[in-house]
Amino acid sequence: MITVDLAETGLRDLNGRLHALSAETNERAWKLVNPLGQHAIAAGLTLPIEVEIDGHVGYYCAGMNKQATVTVNGHCGWGVGENIMSGLVRVRGNASESAAASGHGGMVVIEGDASSRCGISMKGVDIVVGGSVGHMSAFMAQAGNLVVCGDAGPDLGDSIYEAVIYVAGAVSGLGADCVEKDMTPEHVERLRALLAKAEIDADPARFRRFGSARRLYNFNVDHADAY
Amino acid sequence: MCGIVGLFLKNPALRPKLGGHFATMLIGMSERGPDSAGIAVYHDPAGPGASKLTLFHADGGYPWREVGGQLSEALDAEVDVIHKANHAVLRVEASAEITRAWLAAHHPEVRVMGYGTTMEVYKDMGPPAEVAAKYGLAEMAGSHAVGHTRMATESAVTTEHSHPFTAAADMCLVHNGSLSNHNRLRDWLGRRGLEFETDNDSEVAARYFAYRMSEGASLDEAMEAGLKDLDGFYTFTMGTNDGFAVLRDPIACKPAVLAETDDWVAMASEFRSLAHLPGVAEATIWEPAPGVVYTWSLEGTA
Repeated sequence: MITVDLAETGLRDLNGRLHALSAETNERAWKLVNPLGQHAIAAGLTLPIEVEIDGHVGYYCAGMNKQATVTVNGHCGWGVGENIMSGLVRVRGNASESAAASGHGGMVVIEGDASSRCGISMKGVDIVVGGSVGHMSAFMAQAGNLVVCGDAGPDLGDSIYEAVIYVAGAVSGLGADCVEKDMTPEHVERLRALLAKAEIDADPARFRRFGSARRLYNFNVDHADAY
Repeated sequence: MCGIVGLFLKNPALRPKLGGHFATMLIGMSERGPDSAGIAVYHDPAGPGASKLTLFHADGGYPWREVGGQLSEALDAEVDVIHKANHAVLRVEASAEITRAWLAAHHPEVRVMGYGTTMEVYKDMGPPAEVAAKYGLAEMAGSHAVGHTRMATESAVTTEHSHPFTAAADMCLVHNGSLSNHNRLRDWLGRRGLEFETDNDSEVAARYFAYRMSEGASLDEAMEAGLKDLDGFYTFTMGTNDGFAVLRDPIACKPAVLAETDDWVAMASEFRSLAHLPGVAEATIWEPAPGVVYTWSLEGTA
């Protein structure tokens, strides 16, 4: 385990060290202390290493992640795991806006609450939120799964494409072209697997499923009211 | 881009260190606002029947003591003057209204930055660390404080357009964002007899909240009313004599983070400003929800 104190080591030095690792490296376990809310901590990782951060981080933590497992023992600012390609990002506290924005793959787990626009424009990432999500979550979500164990704020899944949303709690409102769909046995099993992978204890039978009504894919004047 | 910060101490035992913690918070927002900074600190209240005013004149050599002497003679009241850079804090054994009226009549060149019994307001150009040092922020005791750091993108760096904006006794507002209906609101408030010092949208918000409270609204009610009447992007933090409030618009594009422990509540545009507060590792930290009024009161803590 390599420990880096971010009160002493500059952020660029740290990220430079992480980016310079080779595929054969033995330096596979990292602990970061005193993050002090700095931005872009452990962003742009490309190797299957483990990075654990003790404390609260700023914006874009673990952004663009590939293969790495990044755990934040604290609160995250905007855009944690934004554009994640693969690997796992886990937040043990709450996350601010736009968690996992535009994520292409991998998994982002928020054990607490995520704020507004969680999973905005997601493109294949799986997001599991132990608490609730704020308004406009899964806005224009194209692919992947958003699992919300608590409640969802207004305008959930506005202009959604083929992503799938599961919510256990209350939904304060659906966005344009987002509708409730049947929770088939197949979806229950998929959800069970997502929860297991995320290590979040929740009963898949309690969830409802939401997705696209597919009315907005091509412009149709009869659907103008739905835009 | 700008940065805003606010610190509200629930535990009176921390009050001697308010300025020290708050200076660190303000400096933490330097990258969001390196051009100028403004602060309002609720500090060392004036006694019963007395008032406290923070005044500004661009000339650092302005004869504040002479003005204080004239004021004392005219009102037949004791006046204490503390001169800090191009600001002065006057403690007057008379009401703020009488003092302001005398200043307006005899020294219109002096600008009143803040008035009331407790609040002191300082605004100056330069990086937040420089401004904090110039006014001795780190040494100030008190119950709560709000601040603003500015990155000038659309207009000149002047103290007139700097936050915090004050619109009533011991009341101030900092704002990150922009209002789209401020002209109409300014007219609306103008018809109700309110006067404006600048063309700034944030001043309109400050006067709007002050107007609501002057009509009898509580801090919570004024903020709730603002949600209906103010259009645009905003994260507000407001201080009153014994209260502290945070409000974001219903879309919530401007950043904000809140942290709370048994001892204090703090808000900032970014967590960086909160990172050095005592006990922050165990604090409850969350992003204030859009369109939700958050308030705290000193009642019962003093």
